[in-house]
Amino acid sequence: MAARKIGDVILDVRGISLRFGGVKALSEISFDVREHELRAIIGPNGAGKSSLLNCINGVYAPQQGTISFRGQTFSHMNSRQVAEMGIARTFQNLALFKGMSVLDNIMSGRNLRMKTNLFQQAIRWGAAEREESEHREFVERIIDFLEIQAWRKTPVGRLPYGLQKRVDLGRALAMEPQVLLLDEPMAGMNVEEKQDMSRFILDVNDEYGTTIVLIEHDMGVVMDISDRVVVLDYGKKIGDGTPDAVRSNPDVIAAYLGVSH
Amino acid sequence: MGYFLETLIGGLMAGMLYSLVALGFVLIFKASGVFNFAQGAMVLFAALAMARFSEWFPKLMGFDSRLLANLLALAAAMAVMVAAAWVIERLVLSKLVNQEGVTLLMATLGIAYFFDGFGQTLFGSDIYKIDVGLPKEPMFLFESTFPGGVLVNKEDLYAAAIAAALVALLSLFFQKTATGRALRAVADDHQAAQSIGIPLNRIWVIVWSVAGFVALVAGIIWGSKLGVQFSLSVLALKALPVVILGGLTSVPGAIVGGLLIGAGEKLSEVYLGSKIGGGIEIWFGYVLVLFVLLVRPQGLFGEKIIDRV
Repeated sequence: MAARKIGDVILDVRGISLRFGGVKALSEISFDVREHELRAIIGPNGAGKSSLLNCINGVYAPQQGTISFRGQTFSHMNSRQVAEMGIARTFQNLALFKGMSVLDNIMSGRNLRMKTNLFQQAIRWGAAEREESEHREFVERIIDFLEIQAWRKTPVGRLPYGLQKRVDLGRALAMEPQVLLLDEPMAGMNVEEKQDMSRFILDVNDEYGTTIVLIEHDMGVVMDISDRVVVLDYGKKIGDGTPDAVRSNPDVIAAYLGVSH
Repeated sequence: MGYFLETLIGGLMAGMLYSLVALGFVLIFKASGVFNFAQGAMVLFAALAMARFSEWFPKLMGFDSRLLANLLALAAAMAVMVAAAWVIERLVLSKLVNQEGVTLLMATLGIAYFFDGFGQTLFGSDIYKIDVGLPKEPMFLFESTFPGGVLVNKEDLYAAAIAAALVALLSLFFQKTATGRALRAVADDHQAAQSIGIPLNRIWVIVWSVAGFVALVAGIIWGSKLGVQFSLSVLALKALPVVILGGLTSVPGAIVGGLLIGAGEKLSEVYLGSKIGGGIEIWFGYVLVLFVLLVRPQGLFGEKIIDRV
């Protein structure tokens, strides 16, 4: 990991509060993410992890607080605008295009980078043809990287769960994002699949220098791979720091293990 | 035998036209997951625009060329359909992102009534004719094989050729272009499509425009055959079993479904009508669909839905 140098703050979340009617999903959450960092957000079920991610991704608009990305502040953005800024995500409950092949799913991640227009594509005019094959090359590298060559043409709906998770990651990678948001990439996986996924995440972070924000409720894996960890419980931040610091934080221990009375 | 062939061919030709309307349904369903009830009304609206424009332009601009009038009318009618697509996206669909399919279906019902009413306010409610120069005279085939030969309408043959070309083009567009891929992506999952930066609103304008184009072609062909009148919008009810039979997501399915139902209803009308009473044409498609659904719930060519339990 020598090549990777953690840089300045790239994503800054300040005082985010999110309510659904009377339910307070998040209150006053602040944290930052540095460039090239592998940042984890952990917490028990229902702690508000996914809500937080959805705020950053523009799916939810928080009632209070701001999010700034590369110094640009935004609070009301839709997912597409966020994607255009260079933030990609994966989904906890897989949101792949099930009827489409693995290749097409990942190719769709290149959408923002395609420059030719509809009419050029329709007649497959020179530029469109060339563009398609350039993007195809990029996508093939991702497919190799994720070791899913054998399933290139298979509709993703037919793949086992672990592989679908990889395709989801591949689609996000195809966007060449600056920040990658991963929503429980290891949920529901067995030990071996978890190890594979951890390896892919570390490699992405290492080789491409992509900043990664990772949500997980399995503490074990997270502590091994992340640089800094935010801990949420009942929509509040109860801990923030290096894995070791977080592990010994009494509030975190209480949230995960309960307190003896 | 000659008579049987004649009935069969007549049925297939009618079926081709059902297919054209069905195609509009399939396109919108494939690309936005919306079952567009307004497709029939769009056919009427497009046909009305075409018929009236080709009548108005020569008068307004004072020229006499049939061809020029038709070309101008075609361009103007297409522009109207694109504008309609844009308005629908702006005022209706953009407000309903991530909503249930049923909500969207109800919205298209509303759009259907709007097209019906607005079209007639704008273009009038009489019967108009479209004349794009499709040859009307019938011709006789296989005269050496059968006594009297088989009567085929030339107009129908042209219509079938146009429909086939349209289908080939659309299939290529969906499977081979980046925009086609984006359309399929939107159909599968709105949220995921947005997260990878696919602009939902632009995709919807594109897909409704394409559906508008298909409606225009269907409207012109039906209109030049039967005249443009309000009953065109009821075509949607003919296309409904076709779509379900072929599978909601399949372009080739819409064609095969249309041909099956077109041929089936004509043949059964002629050969069974005398035994069990006429009017079979009206319900044949629905009964056929009922039986197909029992065996293949996804239709003949639809994507099989696999659910993980």
